[in-house]
Amino acid sequence: MTAVLSPATTRPAPPSALAIGLARTGLELRLFVRDPAQVVFSFAYPIVMLVIFASVFAGEDRPGGVPFAQYFLAGIAATGIMLTSFQAVGTALAEERERGDLARLQVIGTPPLGYFLGKAGQVVVTTVLQLAVLLTVAATAYDVPMPDGVGRWLTFAWVVLLGAVAGTVLGIAVASAGSSRAVGNGISAFAVVLQFFSGVFFVFSELPSWMQEVAAVFPLKWLVQGMRSVFLPDAAAVAEPAGSWEHGTTALVLAAWVIIGLVVCARTFRWRRTA
Amino acid sequence: MTAIQVAPAAVEAGQDTAVRVRGLVKRYGGRAVVDGVDLDVRRGEVFALLGPNGAGKTTTVEVLEGVRRRDGGEVTVLGQDPATAGRAWRDRIGVVAQSTGVGDALTVRETLDHFARYHGTARPTAELLAAVGLAEAAGTRVARLSGGQRRRLEVALGVQGRPELLFLDEPTTGMDPVARRRFWELVRGLRAGGTTVVLTTHYLDEAAELADRVGVLSGGRLVDVAPPAELGAQLRRVATVRWTEDGATREVVTPEPAAVLRDLLAAHPAGEVPGLTVTRPGLEDVYLSLVGATPEGETR
Repeated sequence: MTAVLSPATTRPAPPSALAIGLARTGLELRLFVRDPAQVVFSFAYPIVMLVIFASVFAGEDRPGGVPFAQYFLAGIAATGIMLTSFQAVGTALAEERERGDLARLQVIGTPPLGYFLGKAGQVVVTTVLQLAVLLTVAATAYDVPMPDGVGRWLTFAWVVLLGAVAGTVLGIAVASAGSSRAVGNGISAFAVVLQFFSGVFFVFSELPSWMQEVAAVFPLKWLVQGMRSVFLPDAAAVAEPAGSWEHGTTALVLAAWVIIGLVVCARTFRWRRTA
Repeated sequence: MTAIQVAPAAVEAGQDTAVRVRGLVKRYGGRAVVDGVDLDVRRGEVFALLGPNGAGKTTTVEVLEGVRRRDGGEVTVLGQDPATAGRAWRDRIGVVAQSTGVGDALTVRETLDHFARYHGTARPTAELLAAVGLAEAAGTRVARLSGGQRRRLEVALGVQGRPELLFLDEPTTGMDPVARRRFWELVRGLRAGGTTVVLTTHYLDEAAELADRVGVLSGGRLVDVAPPAELGAQLRRVATVRWTEDGATREVVTPEPAAVLRDLLAAHPAGEVPGLTVTRPGLEDVYLSLVGATPEGETR
């Protein structure tokens, strides 16, 4: 017996990119929690870094008499943001393209913006959770003082958000560069080098000036600096390259990277490797 | 140009035609894998593109779906050029492709529920599960499905948005015979409801079973288009007369077997002609001749 299946007689317009972005945020989060390796890596890496740094350099103070754990929490938080945005998105997207998941989204009529919004939504949620865990451990196990006052938390919020969005669009942008293997390896290698240059592992002001200048081109250095302005006392600002936290420049550089990333995405994003 | 010449073209490009292709060319690295294909698919018909691997079936269909650029020719699908058509157009077509992933970590039901949210209108998940026979596997993670079950899920996703035009690229690959039958029923149901279906296959029985018309692709060219029973009309007119004479099999291939038989009967006035058979080519013989792979032993 054949069941008659008719096409739609009336067809409402397909859902907006925003609606699909919301649906995809839920989907991406669900896929994230079902991938234990990714969960452990995203959440454990910054905490392991904190434990190692705080243990190895216990008792040493940094600029302005700031305890080591407090000084480097800024760099670790910034690295965590880069990890859950740039690295996770770039690697995942290259794999999704290779598996044909993106080809499915294309034939089903997904607006690219809806897909990007889903990635960004997932990144923001996982980044906030990751930072919450990191800050809790830092505060309880290493007595790092948490930011005091609304102003610092607001700074924290916009730095996290801009950093995560920049990381997301740049992750999408670089994912078009090659095979998932090449993209994954390339991102990992680049991320490690960038961490050295950007003052994640060392006191930034103690790096050679050419390294500081190179780092200033990329977003991670500004992300770390923004985080220092949140976690360090204002007296520590004199140790910064400009002698201040440079919030305006930080916002401009991060926003510029968001725009550069968006332009590259708009020009190079492909659902498939070949057309 | 006279009015009489214009009229059929106007009808052809209008409401009666779902797909219109003229001179389609697609090259990879300078080699034409689709080389001047002309094709019309009427609304409401099931059209099968039949051909061996590498004949250009998938490439042709991917151009029609708007996921692959063409290097030449005109293509109109549901009144629009797929290369530039937007989301509203895409929501009117359904695609079951060979190279699309479904994700692994969701269950079958979660997958269908999720993708329902991309369409202007979507068939209920329960209806889809029943139609493709996955109701019992609804709670299974996609990663744990068999190849055939995964294919059925992809079919369900292809028809989820209630498309007017459905592309099926080798849809039954990996399905067991029961699933294949059930899929055929699904296609018949879609046809009965008025959905236009373009499917590629290298299974002759599938084309014969489902298609109103079959286009045979070989080496990037469409070598014949006809209802399955009329495919290769020229070739079918030829019959092979065989009989045994002096202990050896004799064979004559002829468009006029009756004349050969009359001569044979005249030469055997006593009665029987030993080992006498008259055969006409079946669909498979016709197909193999069309794609240039003449079956072994056949002399031409």
